[in-house]
Amino acid sequence: MIRVILPAHLRTLARVGGEVSLAVPAPITIRSVLDELEGRYPMLLGTIRDGVTGERRPFLRFFVCSEDWSHGAEDRALPAAICDGTEPLIVLGAIAGG
Amino acid sequence: MSGIRVLVGTKKGAFLLTSNAERREWAVDGPHFGGWEIYHIAGSPVDPNRLYASQSSGWFGQIIQRSDDGGRTWEPVGNQFVYQGETGTHQWYDGTPHPWEFKRVWHLEPSLHDPDTVYAGVEDAAIFRSTDGARTWTELPGLRQHSTGSRWQPGAGGMCLHTILLDPVDPKRIYVAISAAGAFRTDDGGETWRPINQGLRSEFLPDQEAEVGHCVHRIAMHPSRPNVLFMQKHWDVMRSDDAGDSWREVSGNLPVDFGFPIAVHAHEPETIYVVPIKSDSEHFPPEGKLRVYRSRTGGTEWEALTKGLPQSDCYVNILRDAMAVDRLDECGIYFGTSGGQVYVSPNGGDDWQCIVHDLPPVLSVEVQTLP
Repeated sequence: MIRVILPAHLRTLARVGGEVSLAVPAPITIRSVLDELEGRYPMLLGTIRDGVTGERRPFLRFFVCSEDWSHGAEDRALPAAICDGTEPLIVLGAIAGG
Repeated sequence: MSGIRVLVGTKKGAFLLTSNAERREWAVDGPHFGGWEIYHIAGSPVDPNRLYASQSSGWFGQIIQRSDDGGRTWEPVGNQFVYQGETGTHQWYDGTPHPWEFKRVWHLEPSLHDPDTVYAGVEDAAIFRSTDGARTWTELPGLRQHSTGSRWQPGAGGMCLHTILLDPVDPKRIYVAISAAGAFRTDDGGETWRPINQGLRSEFLPDQEAEVGHCVHRIAMHPSRPNVLFMQKHWDVMRSDDAGDSWREVSGNLPVDFGFPIAVHAHEPETIYVVPIKSDSEHFPPEGKLRVYRSRTGGTEWEALTKGLPQSDCYVNILRDAMAVDRLDECGIYFGTSGGQVYVSPNGGDDWQCIVHDLPPVLSVEVQTLP
């Protein structure tokens, strides 16, 4: 199972308490994980990726095994530690605002 | 016995304030959607349990929430607002062409006849309609694609469509207002639109009486007289007696004619309310005194209403969508402030009390008069 950690506001919106666990068919990429996530929780459509262009929203980042995969890595195969659930895929909101 | 539900949108969530017809004791419910900007909440005139809320965030974009039980529970519904056809450009602040980009929903206007039909006014300026309870949205593109659209320019708050008035007599007639493009009207249900800005004068425009480009802050109408419109413009309070075909100034003896909201008494179509603000560079009440002004003559002659409102050291603002009236026999007037206060006058403005003091900055106030 793929583990996904969402920002607090999206956990509230999706009505999930902590991490989300998803069964994602191969190939396992950020795009396929988000497709599965949005399919399971349709209220998240448009909140992580633009609903029309599919682009990552600018104030969000994707962290993978202590690396920033936010730029151009949507279709890159995720590492084994993510695929086997050892490490979570982290969707992080920028620390900003009032 | 009738009751009142006040729907308050703030910068950090939604709040529902309820009372009986006395409007003296209030219950505060919230925050709903804590931490999100709630630009507007509105209830269906034909089903008061049907509420729509615009929830947005710089991080996570636009969400539309719907309640079918008067705000006890909510369901996220459709949030896809896609411009139809060629997107085109409008003018940016520096006058250069800028593509239309959806940012957020400023205003939701439920149909007068069908709880599943609701209109949305958005930034960048356009009007959308849903006929399935906000699950899907379709633009009425004739407005954005008007021949003047490429000349529209944002106001300081963005190029927002913030006012939607549905004509209760003619279902094909809709009025909208856009900052800073002006007012527009359709007479064919939204297919075609035309600017209705004749008589407006704006000193910041090269052509002060231009067809478009006026920073209209709010328009109000009494349902019994849909051809009579009242407008709070950036500067100037205006009136039209011909459905917006022409406007005349009715600022009269106001201490200053800058402001944001304007509202009409529920039972007296010539009684209107504004909240003068010092200037476009100082968004707070003149002299630190929070005064609502009432005209019983449809403008020109105004009186200050101060009883119960702070008359010293008050430096809040009242935004365009943050004033509303109820429909009880003795009409109640409501407004919310950038300081987080929501005030009510249960007697048409004569006396005021603060319902709640310390909410986040208030973006919008709507009132439901419940059976």
